Amino acid sequence: MSELTDLYQEVILDHGKRPRNFGPLDGATASAEGLNPLCGDHLVLQVKVAGGKVQEARFTGTGCAISRASASVMTGLVKGKTAAEVEAMFQVFHTLVTEGPGAHPDLEALGKLAVFGGVHEFPTRVKCASLAWHTLRSALQGGGTASTE
Amino acid sequence: MTTVTTLGPAGPAPGDVAERRADFPALDQQVHGKPLVYLDSAATTQKPRAVIDAISHFYERDNANVHRGVHALSERATKAFEGARATVARFLNADARDVIFVRGATEAVNLVAQTFGRQRVRAGDEIVVTTLEHHSNIVPWQLLAAAQGARVVAAPIDDAGDLDLGALSELLGPRVKLLAVTQVSNALGTVTPIEAVVALARSRGIPVLVDGAQGAPHLGVDVRALGADFYVFSGHKLYGPTGIGVLWARREHLEAMPPWQGGGDMIRSVTFEKSTWNDLPYKFEAGTPDIAGAVGLAAALDYVGAIGLPAIAAHEAAVLRAAEAALRSVPEVRLVGAPRRRAGVISFMVGDIHPHDLATIVDRQGVAIRAGHHCAQPLMQRYGLPATARASFALYSTLDDVEALVRALHAAIKVFA
Ligand SMILES: Cc1ncc(COP(=O)(O)O)c(C=O)c1O
Repeated sequence: MSELTDLYQEVILDHGKRPRNFGPLDGATASAEGLNPLCGDHLVLQVKVAGGKVQEARFTGTGCAISRASASVMTGLVKGKTAAEVEAMFQVFHTLVTEGPGAHPDLEALGKLAVFGGVHEFPTRVKCASLAWHTLRSALQGGGTASTE
Repeated sequence: MTTVTTLGPAGPAPGDVAERRADFPALDQQVHGKPLVYLDSAATTQKPRAVIDAISHFYERDNANVHRGVHALSERATKAFEGARATVARFLNADARDVIFVRGATEAVNLVAQTFGRQRVRAGDEIVVTTLEHHSNIVPWQLLAAAQGARVVAAPIDDAGDLDLGALSELLGPRVKLLAVTQVSNALGTVTPIEAVVALARSRGIPVLVDGAQGAPHLGVDVRALGADFYVFSGHKLYGPTGIGVLWARREHLEAMPPWQGGGDMIRSVTFEKSTWNDLPYKFEAGTPDIAGAVGLAAALDYVGAIGLPAIAAHEAAVLRAAEAALRSVPEVRLVGAPRRRAGVISFMVGDIHPHDLATIVDRQGVAIRAGHHCAQPLMQRYGLPATARASFALYSTLDDVEALVRALHAAIKVFA
């Protein structure tokens, strides 16, 4: 069960059940829709960008615990960040969920993202964890539909 | 309708279906350090040794192209391929000339849509499907409808997951050029009253395509008795290999339908001015077919026939009943649909655990179930669910499998408590 508890850490279960930044965003300046055709996950991500920084990010939709937790943690982390900083965080996150925490010599740098360190043991779930990030990137690049396929 | 298929004298002894588990090498393994409990047979069944051996044997001894050589191997390969067609014909109670080998149910539906459909369906016409259908019995009709300016209309189901026959009857009006309906739902397990549905449509002069992808493995079919116009199924859901499936159609349709794909084998003569088509069934089989696949499918049908579909159905019904009762005994479990008659499949939700999380957790206990929309998104929308968990059963499924599933569900409930 140890890999399972790596995946379903308390923080993930908590964010999955009680996602932060969940619900529509008034005054959004950009939005995008994310779809995972494999499992039917669907999320809408809205952001308010001002002064070159993400002021706020919120999401709605349905998804598994992993995808909800990822959206919940991500929408908290990107507040106050520029698009370039968001992109850098995504790269860190992407390496973490595909290669595992071993690929990050500096675990401190992962911050709150570290809870997704168990995802790489479950290749079929990488898409669940990444959906929110792909959707956010698509929103920051002008919107549209992001798909994990 | 229960078709008693008795195919081939050799093979396993009838009756004791549970004993047959040992015939499936893939079932005898551990995953994540636990014995495999394979409850995803509706996606594809495991293959008995007899099927694996038949395919190996073909490649080791008889491999050659069919219908084109005069040498010994070509003769043997052709005999094996046409023998397989004859076996399929017996399984369906059909004439072998009306049995077309295709890649699977999906390809068969597309073939019918692009030939028969294009001939028959005109602007303003309607094609009726049902809410139970798999995407492969929806999307090909949408493509056809878009090309012809026609419309796809879905017949509703009730909350139990049964077809609403009254509503279906109302939909079968004068504009309807085809009814496409499944024999068994891959997402809920509903067995549709297919004889009544076919009789109703045909009484109004509406041709019917029956999707037998899930029906053929559990119920079989007698196409003469059923009276439908088209019947399609996939070999891989019936203990055969992937890549091979069958379209059966009424002779008069096959004769009137234009070829679908052009190429070798499907022609009688070719000049640059004009080509003429081969006889049935070759008119619809362009190019080198999946010869080993057909041989494997025939071995699967022989295997099933030797046990007997009624014995398989009785065994599966007992396992299904036990599974339904066991799942109902878990307070967090909610079954999706409660069809009057069920085959092969149970769909369910566990508390507010997303099916995808559930499938991951039970997989670590060695239990393979499916989570998702099961290629039936309109059906999921009908229930307001993005996805369900699905356990599906086959002749090798046991009561131990059911117990392992329930144990694994409890483990998942604990993780999410
Ligand atoms: C009811 C039903 N119809 C059609 C299909 C399509 O079969 P295939 O993918 O083998 O073409 C499936 C497969 O899941 C099915 O369950």
